Amino acid sequence: MNENTVKIKDPVLSIRNLSVSYEKGKYAVNDVSADIKRNAVTAIMGPSGCGKSTMLRAINRMHELYENIETKGTLIMNGKDITHMPTIQLRRMAGMVFQRPNPFPTMSIYDNVVAGYKLNGIRMKRSERDDIVERSLRDVTLWDEVKDNLHRKGTFLSGGQQQRLCIARALAFDPEVILLDEPTSALDPVATAKIEDLLVKLKENYSILMVTHNMAQAARISDYSMFMYLGELVEYDKTKDMFTNPRDRRTEEYLTGKFG
Amino acid sequence: MESLANLSSKNLERRNLKDRLFKGLVIFLSMLTISPIVLIIYKLIEKGIRQISFDFILKTPPDTFQAMTALSNGELIPGGIANGITGTLLMVTLASVIAIPVGVITGIYLYENPDKFMANITRNISDILQGVPSIVLGLIAYIWVVKPITSGFSALAGSVSLAIMMLPMIVRSTEETLKMIPQSIKEAALALGVPYYKVLLRVLIPTGFSGLLTGILLGISRILGETAPLMLTALGSSVINLDITKPTSAVPLLIWEFYNDPNMVDLIWSSSLLLMAMVLGLNLLSKRIAARTK
Repeated sequence: MNENTVKIKDPVLSIRNLSVSYEKGKYAVNDVSADIKRNAVTAIMGPSGCGKSTMLRAINRMHELYENIETKGTLIMNGKDITHMPTIQLRRMAGMVFQRPNPFPTMSIYDNVVAGYKLNGIRMKRSERDDIVERSLRDVTLWDEVKDNLHRKGTFLSGGQQQRLCIARALAFDPEVILLDEPTSALDPVATAKIEDLLVKLKENYSILMVTHNMAQAARISDYSMFMYLGELVEYDKTKDMFTNPRDRRTEEYLTGKFG
Repeated sequence: MESLANLSSKNLERRNLKDRLFKGLVIFLSMLTISPIVLIIYKLIEKGIRQISFDFILKTPPDTFQAMTALSNGELIPGGIANGITGTLLMVTLASVIAIPVGVITGIYLYENPDKFMANITRNISDILQGVPSIVLGLIAYIWVVKPITSGFSALAGSVSLAIMMLPMIVRSTEETLKMIPQSIKEAALALGVPYYKVLLRVLIPTGFSGLLTGILLGISRILGETAPLMLTALGSSVINLDITKPTSAVPLLIWEFYNDPNMVDLIWSSSLLLMAMVLGLNLLSKRIAARTK
């Protein structure tokens, strides 16, 4: 770990020497080590192409969808080595939310929330399922808006509502961490504000790791921030400290808008 | 120097004229394009509608003598094309049962491995297959099925030749449909820890279902009117046959038979009208389905 990395006690997730390359010798993520704080919002910032998305996807191994990928390093979630855990199991522990809202177009709102259970063929009582749907939708403050239309298609909702539905879908498995890949970049300011409020509220019960290219957003809602540049973790600190007193020159230049 | 206003008004007149000319041309050519189908339908209805009745759908064709008697008495030809309708339904169903699973699975394979050597070969061969003359497919089915399997003309042989015809259309439409599904939907399912085969079966295929169905319906409407391969495989039959190992009739085969019998010529029109209605119906249905999901 380099000296610009904050120490965190009892982390929910430890990333150790993580490297990801798409091509031999070219690293999208280069030897990143960091501990992620439990019940907090951690933001990953950086200019486009800095590897922030790749790093996020390396955690639940969604990056394996790309070809010729090579990953090195260790990931430890709640003290358990998840580096080689089967993805099917791993992805239930690390829920993911994407840039664009992507509810399943053929499913109702209700089915979208429990899609993880349904698609995996996990059987449960109707009452249990109803409980999960209600709890998840309440968690994302969508319940009051959709409770009378649970069996309408999820795609009828507005963009912001759809994104909250997607967060509810990720929460339904009660994951250890929630990974968000620029979750508001396709939304209007009002919907963005709602999602931001929601994330701040969610951290009471969940640990959140979020990629954002929006510095102001990171400053508003995150407790800890990482700054990545060219695949490297340049600086990782409490958001307050990083924004007021960056330790690395590159962080300072990025935060003051000299590049990015 | 001419004023700018004058220049543009003069120009405008010429442009308007050109615009009108072009519009007229476009309308004229569009009319020309749709006129054959309108004329065909008009002719079929004019000549065929009086033969259409319940008997036409429920009874088998008359023999030459009955038809001749009816004609000389100035009556309608008795009987119908029930054997053709059942034969067509039997063979098209069987062909679909063969071609749909094979075609859809091949299409999925092509979608999953877009750049693999084998996939490229499969894709190209499937395209070539689409261009193979249907009579050649009839010959192939004759050699593959008629001689070794059913040792005689049979509905099965007809179905095989029709299935080969349908196959490339289904393969292509499956691949194209799956390609149109946004990657993000696939990612959403994978991120929930769903195994890949379930993502395919329970997310991608339902999402692209209408596209798949459209491709299948168009494939069916294409083989519905095929005659040439059936002459070499199903041969035809004067009675209703539901045994797939026996010779079987089909609507297009009957049209060909009626054409060869001067006493039955009247039945050509009504049979064609019925066949046309089936094909058009399927086409409209597939358009409906495609439009509803856009």
